[in-house]
Amino acid sequence: MFIIAMTGVLLTMLIALIAALRGPTVFDRILAVNMFGTKTVLLIAVSGFLSGRPEWLDLALVYALVNFTGIIAVTKFSRFGNLASDHKRVKPW
Amino acid sequence: MVAVLEILSWTCLVVGPILCIIGGIGLLRLPDFYARTHAAGITDTLGAGLIILGLILQAGFSLVMVKLIFIIIFMLLINPGATHGLAKAAYAQGVKVESEEEELDAATD
Amino acid sequence: MPLPIEIVLFLFLLSTAIAIARLEDLFAAAMLTGIFSLLSAGLFTIMDAVDVAFTEAAVGAGVATVFILCTLSLTAKREYQQPTKVLPFIVVGITGAALIYGTLDMPAYGDPDAVTHRHLSAKFIEIEERAMFSQNEHAVESARHGNEEKAVGLPNIVTSILASYRGYDTFGEVTVIFTATIGVMLLLRGRRHKKSFTSQSRSDGNDVVKEQPMRMREKIILRVVSKAFIPFIFMFALYVQFHGDFGPGGGFQAGVIFAAGIILYGVIFGLDTMRSAVPERVLVYGIISGLILYGGVGIVSLLSGANFLDYDILDTHNPAHGQHLGILLVELGVGITVTCAMTTIFYGLAGRGKQ
Repeated sequence: MFIIAMTGVLLTMLIALIAALRGPTVFDRILAVNMFGTKTVLLIAVSGFLSGRPEWLDLALVYALVNFTGIIAVTKFSRFGNLASDHKRVKPW
Repeated sequence: MVAVLEILSWTCLVVGPILCIIGGIGLLRLPDFYARTHAAGITDTLGAGLIILGLILQAGFSLVMVKLIFIIIFMLLINPGATHGLAKAAYAQGVKVESEEEELDAATD
Repeated sequence: MPLPIEIVLFLFLLSTAIAIARLEDLFAAAMLTGIFSLLSAGLFTIMDAVDVAFTEAAVGAGVATVFILCTLSLTAKREYQQPTKVLPFIVVGITGAALIYGTLDMPAYGDPDAVTHRHLSAKFIEIEERAMFSQNEHAVESARHGNEEKAVGLPNIVTSILASYRGYDTFGEVTVIFTATIGVMLLLRGRRHKKSFTSQSRSDGNDVVKEQPMRMREKIILRVVSKAFIPFIFMFALYVQFHGDFGPGGGFQAGVIFAAGIILYGVIFGLDTMRSAVPERVLVYGIISGLILYGGVGIVSLLSGANFLDYDILDTHNPAHGQHLGILLVELGVGITVTCAMTTIFYGLAGRGKQ
């Protein structure tokens, strides 16, 4: 049954890849990459179970956390054009 | 008891990928960016959640289960946040929402 | 014979690579490099190289994408159109064909008789296995005294080879990271002293004041989510650092994850807030101190009468504990250097975009 889960996850990765290549706007591509990242987490978790080595879950955990960083950086970049915008507190809150 | 857990976990491990694929098809076929975020959200939360739930039921009470629970918690909290940020940025950039209601309003005017 | 899943992943990798090369929109190409890194990490995991997959995941998914985007903000957004040239294509084609012809002589995939799997690697693995599987507290000791070969006794053989058997190589790698960061700092920060940031933001005072409250308010969900998760990222980085002896992990991976957490803070809360939280001077001291820690362990062992980076001498009563202590300190040095290096590069790239 793990093989079925792995096949499903691989198919979804393929679909996300096609969506990333196709997506008309840039945000479609970012969405597809985010989905691809989540599917990679699932792939690593399932294949870890499949080969009997659950230590690989550390890797899946790292991905889930670091993927967030990449996506947020990409989102901010696509909006502001650079990664350093002035958010100094000029008025006291 | 063990058989019930096994059946539950197999069910999760089969339904989860099916939901992921359905969400993926939606990602390709839906007409609008905002609708596509819904489709991607299905795969990220429900599909991934079910698969990892199936894996949790497979593993016993061990460190592996704790790590899987962490993965689920992180994914359920982080992915909607990222999708929100993405949709907000898209809206600020002017990506238009295509809905059929506008056509209906135009038709009834 | 590669598994079917490896073939599938390689096909994905190939199509992503072709797409990256053919796309003119550089932003989309940057996104696809993120997918490329994720696929490589998946492949490494399936090939059982988990430490490498760890580093690839941490670097590719977070830090490398950020750096590529910073570079894009400093350069162009679309690829510069060039007319097609035939001569470079022929040269590359001939070189590629020669390389492929060269690989025909290489041993088959996963061949246990390959040269890399014998000699030194086999010897290291044999020493470590003998020490680990004898379930005996003094097994490591007897493995040492009996055979004149020193076992380290850590469950993760990769860490023991990286930090102990091949400690000189890793020292060289940390020095390379140090030097590269100095190079990046010199290249990207050279002219910055003419205009300080405080004067720039004061000159925009009026516009900035009007827009500030809206920008701060509208990112509230992202700010709350990040505030909830950045501590976990740091905790996880510390876990990876110190768990590297027992599972996949180690100094490099931990450093990159730590840097990813800091960069996330900087991206969401702004570069100025990040600079006040993690000043650049701290980073510079961090890079230097990581390297000094590594070299210092070596010098301590030199001064104690053994070879450079010979950890046995660190604990004369129980050399295995000396090895563990040495590896701990050395990995800590690597982690500190990598963290500060990545964050410094981010400061250099992102800070320059403001001009």
